[in-house]
Amino acid sequence: MDTLNIAGKAYQSRLLVGTGKYKDFTETRAAIDASGAEIITVAIRRTNIGQHAGEPSLLEYLPPEEFTYLPNTAGCYSADDAVRTLRLARELLDGHRLVKLEVLGDPTTLYPNVVETLKAAETLVKEGFDVMVYTSDDPIIAKQLEEIGCCAVMPLASLIGSGMGILNPWNLQIIIENAKVPVLVDAGVGTASDAAIAMELGCQGILMNTAIAGAHNPVLMASAMKKAVEAGREAYLAGRMPKKLYSATPSSPTTGMIG
Amino acid sequence: MIHLTINGNSRQFDVATLTVAELVQTLGLTGKRLAIERNGDIVPRGLFADTALNDGDKLEIVGAVGGG
Repeated sequence: MDTLNIAGKAYQSRLLVGTGKYKDFTETRAAIDASGAEIITVAIRRTNIGQHAGEPSLLEYLPPEEFTYLPNTAGCYSADDAVRTLRLARELLDGHRLVKLEVLGDPTTLYPNVVETLKAAETLVKEGFDVMVYTSDDPIIAKQLEEIGCCAVMPLASLIGSGMGILNPWNLQIIIENAKVPVLVDAGVGTASDAAIAMELGCQGILMNTAIAGAHNPVLMASAMKKAVEAGREAYLAGRMPKKLYSATPSSPTTGMIG
Repeated sequence: MIHLTINGNSRQFDVATLTVAELVQTLGLTGKRLAIERNGDIVPRGLFADTALNDGDKLEIVGAVGGG
């Protein structure tokens, strides 16, 4: 069975999805069901005190018993803030260890700050977290994050929320070839073909949010992404034919022609 | 009177003593899945009832929300 193995656990689905930017929780749930994702990211934020105390929570629509929660550090710009956020997440989710670390460097581009990311990763690994780490597509940084002990390295394909697709397949390929832990593309996928291309490169999985939530029909796009990730994975395993400028060998026999 | 800063907002409670568990109840958050940090340190859920708050404490009360 071809499974995605992260921190000692096997997953059938190679598509990980975010839970943000949906119209409402019903749509969130429907899209996640259509995606087939088993791992879903959540953000940690201040609880509404007072006026909105009774409003429904994400957890009621996506029970932690049904999914593997991946709490993130979205919005953190320093190692300290990221570590603090994930300590709270661990308490919130009853000792849960699997987390997504991301430390941003700039609020306009949301480009990762790899210096702070490396610092936070060291602390979190020491504290026993299983760290899936969002990073740039720099192969050296990706390797360093692996050496620190991160359980998965997740380079961007293009900037968060940009939908620009796979901008540097060559760097991703270098990262994948050098890695001994799963490499997942996190951020930048815009449509199904982008997901297939990432998987054909040999990525172990893809994490996405806006590509689904930002589609005109998020539930249908979630289904498309599920198929694209599966198709790309199968194509990778199958091993594509080599590219050639032209072929002197047609697909039909050259013998037995009439006349 | 106990003054607390909760999620960045100043709040006053007209009581002599207040535990974290009592605060959670007062705020209508009983039964909600949340995590609490007090002056930078996490208060484990199992210690809510035994943790007395002091005047001037800064609290962060967080939960899980949609995110990517």
